[in-house]
Amino acid sequence: MSSLWEYANPRKFMATSAFLLPWTAGIAAVCLVTGLVWGFFFTPDDFRQGSTVKIIYVHVPAAIMAINAWFMMLVTSIIWVIRRHHVSVLAAKAAAPVGMVFTLIALATGALWGQPMWGTWWEWDPRLTSFLILFLFYLGYMALWEAIENPDSAADLTSVLCLVGSVFAVISRYALLFWNQGLHQGATLSLDREQNISNVYWYPLVITLAGFGFLFIALVLYRTRTEIRARRLKALIAQERMA
Amino acid sequence: MIGLLKRDLTLAIRAGGGFGLSLAFFLIFTTLVPFGVGPQTQILAEIAPGILWLGALLACLLSLDRIFQLDWEDGTLDLVATSPVPLEGLAAMKALAHWITTGLPLVAAAPVLGLLLNLPGPAYPWLMASLALGTPALSAIGTFGAALTVGIKRGGLLLSLLVLPLYIPTLIFGALCVARAATGQDATTPLVLVAGITAGALALLPFAAAAALRVNLR
Repeated sequence: MSSLWEYANPRKFMATSAFLLPWTAGIAAVCLVTGLVWGFFFTPDDFRQGSTVKIIYVHVPAAIMAINAWFMMLVTSIIWVIRRHHVSVLAAKAAAPVGMVFTLIALATGALWGQPMWGTWWEWDPRLTSFLILFLFYLGYMALWEAIENPDSAADLTSVLCLVGSVFAVISRYALLFWNQGLHQGATLSLDREQNISNVYWYPLVITLAGFGFLFIALVLYRTRTEIRARRLKALIAQERMA
Repeated sequence: MIGLLKRDLTLAIRAGGGFGLSLAFFLIFTTLVPFGVGPQTQILAEIAPGILWLGALLACLLSLDRIFQLDWEDGTLDLVATSPVPLEGLAAMKALAHWITTGLPLVAAAPVLGLLLNLPGPAYPWLMASLALGTPALSAIGTFGAALTVGIKRGGLLLSLLVLPLYIPTLIFGALCVARAATGQDATTPLVLVAGITAGALALLPFAAAAALRVNLR
């Protein structure tokens, strides 16, 4: 009987991910090129925002993936804590730098857009601030991985940190709403609205969104494979030394 | 467990530095602020709530790495782990001892430092209440951070990187409570929220800290 837990076997994971990696990377490339070219060159300027509206094609997908990356780390950390599957926690480790870069992209593009539109690079708005805090969480998580030598201890401790950090990240989010009024517009995409933004912008945005999603998957697969190989290498070196 | 608490308190008193240092740090930090922003009493009164809370927070942070470090080095931690006392209880007692040696003196000293910063009159009871209710959360979170980093050599800087983001909600509500009281607004809501964070942190974080300790003692 096949189940999801089969992929906890590193060999099975390596085989499957070797097959999936070129496909996800290819789809990501196609989606990103199509979506970004379409978005940047073949959509009209917004009547109020001018051409700055086009930053949406990078900003919104990066922001969405930044949050989802942390969520994925949370899920894989929980799986590690409960079922002790090494691939799971290595995927969390692999996702952290990717998520951090997405957070940074969202912050940077937001600042670039905010300068002409809001007249400021930075505003202590709840959304902006919570992204900055998310960035700090990513930094702490990665720093803890780096600091501990024993890989199993590192996996355990970072998982605990990820669990506790997630709770505090959510509390911080609501604390920030309490703390300051927002300047940032509401969610760009919600499932419960009939039309989120004009269709002209909507189609390329969905394509870039898919592109960023597949890019994230491809990068995480790639980095997880690297981590697994690094583990194997370490084991081989240890064997060699014992012999 | 009471014995553990007594031991920690005795060590803090006899070995010195436990009570005094964080208070001295709080005083120095508050004294430095007017040098940085200028001596205008109006500006100082405006930023006083935030500065006092920030000073208390940093003073707490300063003594965190000592919570487990010495016990880890001389093997006490291993002995406690093999004793019938659960590690959760140890973590809770360590947090309590840390609060008694740093948090409580900070609460007592805060009004005096508030005078230095020209904090408006109605804010004083709220300052003390918010610190008294908020610093236990700082100690509990800090104990968790210390348990995470106890096995790491020179983990002090990493400890601050891990712990400071976790301090954000407490800081927001605590400082907001004092700031609202200082400007004559109703400060009950943030105070209740601070108390809520403390209650949650005290209830849950000893378990996380004990889990981290178990990994480090493996």
